[in-house]
Amino acid sequence: MLPRLLSLVPFIGLLAGIGFANRVEPRILGMPFLLAWVVGWLFISVGVMAIVYRLDPTNRANDDEAGG
Amino acid sequence: MSIAIVIIFLTAIGALLLGLLARRGRDMSLEEWSVGGRSFGTVLVFILLAGEFYTTFSFLGASGFTYGKGGAAYYILAYLTLNQVAGYWILPGIWRAARRERLVSQAHFFVRQYDSPGLGVLVAAVGLIALLFYFVLQLKGLGIIVGIASYGAIPPSVSVWVGAAIITAYVMVSGVRGAVWVAVIKDVLILTVVVFLGIYLPLHYFGGYGALFSAVEQAKPGFTILPPKGNGVVWFQTTVFVNAVGGYMWPHMFAAIFTAKDARIARRNAVVMPLYSLMLLFVIFVGFTALLRVPGLSGDDVDLSLLTLTVQTFNPWFIGVIGAAGLLTALVPGSTILTAAATMLANDVYRGVIRRDLTEASVNRLARAMVPLVTLVGVFFALKGGTTIVGLLLMGYNFIVQFLPAAAFSLRARNPVTRQGAFAGILAGTVSLTALTLTGATPVDLLPFLPAALQDVNAGLTALLINLAATGIVSLVTQPRPVLAASES
Repeated sequence: MLPRLLSLVPFIGLLAGIGFANRVEPRILGMPFLLAWVVGWLFISVGVMAIVYRLDPTNRANDDEAGG
Repeated sequence: MSIAIVIIFLTAIGALLLGLLARRGRDMSLEEWSVGGRSFGTVLVFILLAGEFYTTFSFLGASGFTYGKGGAAYYILAYLTLNQVAGYWILPGIWRAARRERLVSQAHFFVRQYDSPGLGVLVAAVGLIALLFYFVLQLKGLGIIVGIASYGAIPPSVSVWVGAAIITAYVMVSGVRGAVWVAVIKDVLILTVVVFLGIYLPLHYFGGYGALFSAVEQAKPGFTILPPKGNGVVWFQTTVFVNAVGGYMWPHMFAAIFTAKDARIARRNAVVMPLYSLMLLFVIFVGFTALLRVPGLSGDDVDLSLLTLTVQTFNPWFIGVIGAAGLLTALVPGSTILTAAATMLANDVYRGVIRRDLTEASVNRLARAMVPLVTLVGVFFALKGGTTIVGLLLMGYNFIVQFLPAAAFSLRARNPVTRQGAFAGILAGTVSLTALTLTGATPVDLLPFLPAALQDVNAGLTALLINLAATGIVSLVTQPRPVLAASES
């Protein structure tokens, strides 16, 4: 259950958060805040999904889907 | 003849040879031709998916969209990220079904999951229309790239025909294996070129990203974020949502998952793929630079912005390299689209409806024979002109997302959706989408009590809700009752 909930986090940032983040200032690394927000969430998503991958029990079980 | 044309020409020959050689040592059965014998490991699946995701669109469309619409273009980065999050959960189920039933196409998946050849034909029909949009987009991009990179020496009509002929040849011979081997070179080349352009051009012209964005804001205040109306926040959210949940419903991406040799490969790719889409950030930088350096492009011509700027900046040999990278970004997705389209025509339309008793070998021969046919239709539309690249792409996405409810529910242990429900949902979704697109109607026009902010809701999402309602209602009505179950056909 936890992995599924965790993977909702990127959706919150990149959908719900957009209304809040739609501004030019403050600039981050020269980029408008909105662009920096989207890029930042791209990295957060990768981190979150890496955690999800490790927590997800199906990635540990070898038997049901290993191919040959 | 300029050095640029020579480089583009040699790349085209190289791609053709590599694509043809890709079949070496393989017995090209239908399963081998369309889904690589389900034998690809993590790296090959990654390359295939990257090859499909990052197309001429990433190159021309994204910079053109930035040039024309500014901050709205960030939607691309957002949806590519969320698409992988959604993919993490939906792809393994699709892969398992594909392996169990030895599936070769997306329509095939629906036929087996719902035990309904009729549903397969509907999915194939809608899928083919969407694929055609995508294919036309690639060919148009190809024409633009080669045209500009050859300094106008090669007209689009010539490059579209030649490019289409190359794809057709290696797809007929090698199928998806041809695509993946050409994709290896394509990915290396495009990544290098795009990152270089995205760093060099802003530095060269403005001295840095901060100065670039300040200059854009000064010329067009508010252009680097979302506008209050039109391509605003609501448009962004609904478009990102539709593209993210629907992205893997493209018939060729759906089938690309079948090539994996185990389900974990799909999950692993979903985790790392967004990092690759950072490439689009550099394209966005180029788009903003072009806006200030080569102003005045409008309409369809915004798609030319990246190339116009590079031609103005670099020597012919480098223009040739860029042209070559652009050429490959059209060939790779073009070839997986052709493979998927031809497989569906032969396996799901012809075998599904006309000749049920067709053998696997005949389907295979037929699928390959369909390839030039699909190509010709694509070339016809590509040369006819119309809409920008992003316009075409958004349209295609809105169609294919209509497959999502029926596909997702069918992966549940007990599927509440009946075959009639699935059929009605996809039909209602695509018909209402066509109506919405043709009339330009928004939810607010249909239900006037809704707040005006919903004016900019993506049409695909409206159609998806209609689709869900139809799926639910028809499934309820046609729910098989245990007593009658035996008499169901």
